[in-house]
Amino acid sequence: MRSSSFFSLQSLVLALIIIGLIALALGGYLAPASRVLFKPLISAQTWLALRYQTIQNYLSSPQDVARLRQRNQELEAEVSRLQSEIIDLQQQLAETRVLSALVDFARAHPENRYVAASVIGRDPSPFVKYVIINRGSDDGLRRGMPVVTAQGLVGRVAAVTAGAARVQLITDPDSSVNIRLEPTAAEGILVGSLTGKLSLDMIPQEASVQTGNLVLTSGLGGNYPANILIGQVANVDREETDLFQTADVQPTVDFSRLEIVLIIVNFRPVDISPLFPTPGAP
Amino acid sequence: MAFFLAFPILSGLIILQTALVSHMRLLQGAADLILVALIAWAIQKPVRTAWSWGILAGLLVGYVSAIPFGVILVGYLLAVALAVILRQRVWQLPILAMLIATFFGTLLVHLVEILALRLVDTPLPFWEAINLVTLPSILLNLVLALPMYALFNDLANWLYPQPLEM
Repeated sequence: MRSSSFFSLQSLVLALIIIGLIALALGGYLAPASRVLFKPLISAQTWLALRYQTIQNYLSSPQDVARLRQRNQELEAEVSRLQSEIIDLQQQLAETRVLSALVDFARAHPENRYVAASVIGRDPSPFVKYVIINRGSDDGLRRGMPVVTAQGLVGRVAAVTAGAARVQLITDPDSSVNIRLEPTAAEGILVGSLTGKLSLDMIPQEASVQTGNLVLTSGLGGNYPANILIGQVANVDREETDLFQTADVQPTVDFSRLEIVLIIVNFRPVDISPLFPTPGAP
Repeated sequence: MAFFLAFPILSGLIILQTALVSHMRLLQGAADLILVALIAWAIQKPVRTAWSWGILAGLLVGYVSAIPFGVILVGYLLAVALAVILRQRVWQLPILAMLIATFFGTLLVHLVEILALRLVDTPLPFWEAINLVTLPSILLNLVLALPMYALFNDLANWLYPQPLEM
């Protein structure tokens, strides 16, 4: 009897102590004590857990490496695919920009009809400046038709086959274009050269030519339509003793990066050679 | 067989030349794949079709190029002749013969082209053409000469297998 009452009293005291401790803990009064008490335990558990994880990683690493290698290969393949897709898209974007500029140019000159062509090659000989385009007589191209880009004059069709044509650039040493300067309205002849440099010749001495003047086709001679932009005067060379002034021209077209060009198919060059007297003719 | 191979090989080289090699300029000069291939073929000892390759290449390039028709044919045939002569004279050192033929072959072809262009009244300053076009082209052709020689040497050995000496 006595023993059972002792245990019940002991149990009651224990319960009160536990309740008291819980109340103190909930009230935050045991925090310093628990910090001191649990810190070594936490440290010990951390140490043990880290060692366990290290051993687990070590034991499972071969499987992970194989899986990572496979994943790496998959990701590398994905990166390669995406990079090639980016290159394709960049190329398409560049082509779209060029085509958009050409469409704008064509809209700005509704009097002309155009056929677009890609530049597929250059002349094998380094002495001449010709390009080969992928449109020919089947597409309505004829010899002498002017070739332009959105930036300005490129040249004219020199030879045609059914599916391709050869275009003489205005930078060719044998090329000459009748031009007009703006705003002075002075006229002259634009000639190419071996180095691809464009020069103006036959400009009258009395004409006022300034650096920055625009160079446009004059339409004289019947080889090119009038008012196609060619470039700007970069440098004027005027000697009092010469008959004519000369000048260097900075072209608006980058002839080293020709990709897509427009051929003006409703322009027919005029052959004025019969008008020139030939030796021996009556 | 060797003659018929000329069609695909030379056509492929012309496509490469117009689409790629002509864009790669050194000053104003460019390598001439077809010329170097012709020389590399003509310099091979067992080859007997060098002249027919030269005629075919001259006609094909003459058709593609804006240079007056026939001029490139003449230039290529002169280069083939030079290569054949060198093959007979410098037979113990074919690589040296290849380099000499490439140097003088390029010079000959360019001189013929300059002469022809000047005859048709194209304003082409002679020394400017030599300095800016011919000399850089010779350098580029010399760079191509050895790999092209190796390629055509393999082709010649495949087409004309040499009997084993016992």
